[in-house]
Amino acid sequence: MSQLTIALTKGRILEETLPLLAAAGIEPLEDIAKSRKLTFATSSPEVRLLILRGSDVPTYVEFGAADVGISGKDTLLEHGSTSFYELLDLKIARCNLMTAGLVGVPTKPGRIRVATKYVNIAKRYYASQGRQVDLIKLYGAMELAPVLHLADEIVDIVDTGNTLRANGLEPRETIASVSSRLIVNKASMKLKHHQIEALIDAVEAAVGELL
Amino acid sequence: MIKNENWMLPDGVEEILPYEARKVETLRRRLLDLFQRWGYDLVIPPMMEFSSTLMAGLGQDLDKLTYKVVDQISGASMVIRSDMTPQTARMDAHSLKRLGLNRLCYSGHVLFTRAKSVLASRSPLQVGVELFGEAGLEADIEVISLLISSLHEAGLTEFSLDLGHVGIFRALAEVCQLTSDQEQELFSLLQAKAIADIADWVDANIQDPQHAQWLLELPKLSGSASVLDRASDLFAEAPIAVRRALDELAEVAEGLAERYPDVNFYLDLSELRGGHYHTGIVFAAFALGMGREIASGGRYDHIGETFGRARPATGFTADLIDLERLSNVDDVDSFGIFVPYSRDPELWRLVQQLRQDGERVVCATAQHQERHDYLSCSRQLVKVDGAYQIHTLT
Repeated sequence: MSQLTIALTKGRILEETLPLLAAAGIEPLEDIAKSRKLTFATSSPEVRLLILRGSDVPTYVEFGAADVGISGKDTLLEHGSTSFYELLDLKIARCNLMTAGLVGVPTKPGRIRVATKYVNIAKRYYASQGRQVDLIKLYGAMELAPVLHLADEIVDIVDTGNTLRANGLEPRETIASVSSRLIVNKASMKLKHHQIEALIDAVEAAVGELL
Repeated sequence: MIKNENWMLPDGVEEILPYEARKVETLRRRLLDLFQRWGYDLVIPPMMEFSSTLMAGLGQDLDKLTYKVVDQISGASMVIRSDMTPQTARMDAHSLKRLGLNRLCYSGHVLFTRAKSVLASRSPLQVGVELFGEAGLEADIEVISLLISSLHEAGLTEFSLDLGHVGIFRALAEVCQLTSDQEQELFSLLQAKAIADIADWVDANIQDPQHAQWLLELPKLSGSASVLDRASDLFAEAPIAVRRALDELAEVAEGLAERYPDVNFYLDLSELRGGHYHTGIVFAAFALGMGREIASGGRYDHIGETFGRARPATGFTADLIDLERLSNVDDVDSFGIFVPYSRDPELWRLVQQLRQDGERVVCATAQHQERHDYLSCSRQLVKVDGAYQIHTLT
């Protein structure tokens, strides 16, 4: 058996991923939440886990530094690559990618300013609506941008919508529904397919049971 | 701190320094010699072409990856080559119109405006072969066998060979009556095996339940040879073209497994290799330590039509630098003989004799006589009792 490296996205996705991996017989040997380490050995000797920032997961998998990754669909759409396989919908960490703007302020015609951390998705989405927009890349607190007139609209993931409402914004159009996906490096898929297929089958069964 | 940045190279462009350059060149010679022994004639395609020529052969695949310039002589648009395959197809169709088969090979740089994948080179040094004129599967088997021999020649042992057939997808697209936009969308989704997205797409675009089942199962058909049995059950009622493609794939896989029992073959029925110009069997090689393919190729019948002669064709291309970095090409002994500075004509004759015998001989100059000026030498010429002797340097 060769070494299998799985890159996980820290935060909410991690919490919901661990039970699925546990069902596939992969459990970290120590409590990830209580450690500052970035790699973890597991109950399955040939599998190790990496705990990464979400946007880094596709990069690790694309390079083959990790064989398998768990990543939000929003991150994958923004990464915009077909250079890895996206084999399984884990149906966890669900939310929507949406546009949003100030309550009661209608969308302006013509060219508008859009603040987002998803610049590629936003550009593609507005273009598909026949609109050219000016994009402002932000790394957090998107909701502030329309309030302070930095932007006319924002593109962000929306879960309950509470943060939007608390800041006087309303959700508008849904761009895509988001859940976490299991991605696989193309070379790893060919070279370690017995291991990876077994992992996917076990996780897929767990996804079915936990729903 | 270095403030001057004049030494910097563009992203994705690199220089290869002596030790590695020698390994690359050794490997290049070994591969070209191997191709020669298999009956492939070396050709040297030009660095530039008229856009109308190269683009006719390439289609839209490489359009945005290809540098374009305006010819200062004719005012016509020219491209710097991004693919040598259409160039050899032009030779076969026009410049080298042999009646029988044309087996051609080449090596050289191509340029891309953007790297094809992260950290890939924008100016890869490619080697490749093309076999024109044979529609039979023997051609596919020969070219894939030559790829395997090339990887062995490079000293690679742990690799996997991916086999597919674009005819399956093409025939399914036709029977499902996909528009060209739909075909393009599904093509992209299949490249990523985005199972969940494919399910959504099929739900939205395909009404016929049989068609839907075919398209949903297609991306799951990958793995060892048993995949072909699953496929032949699944596609029992599919159009003849699908089943013919499956038979072809089975025959090629069998023929190769017989020749190379130790090679790991991976069948992948939805692998389309990203090339719109492919028409039949497609393949790629993957190795541990490289997250992307290290060589790829496939059948591309009829590209030559735009140059005046449509011919069946297949071939492969590999990036020499990638191969060299994965390979264990012997560290070619470059340690030479150091010759202290002297104007002795007898010494000159001896040096020339040694060089003729294949030795690397490095002569000191009057200003640079120190050992550190000649670090690549492991031996030294020493005059003992009026005669020169070769001594080992410590």
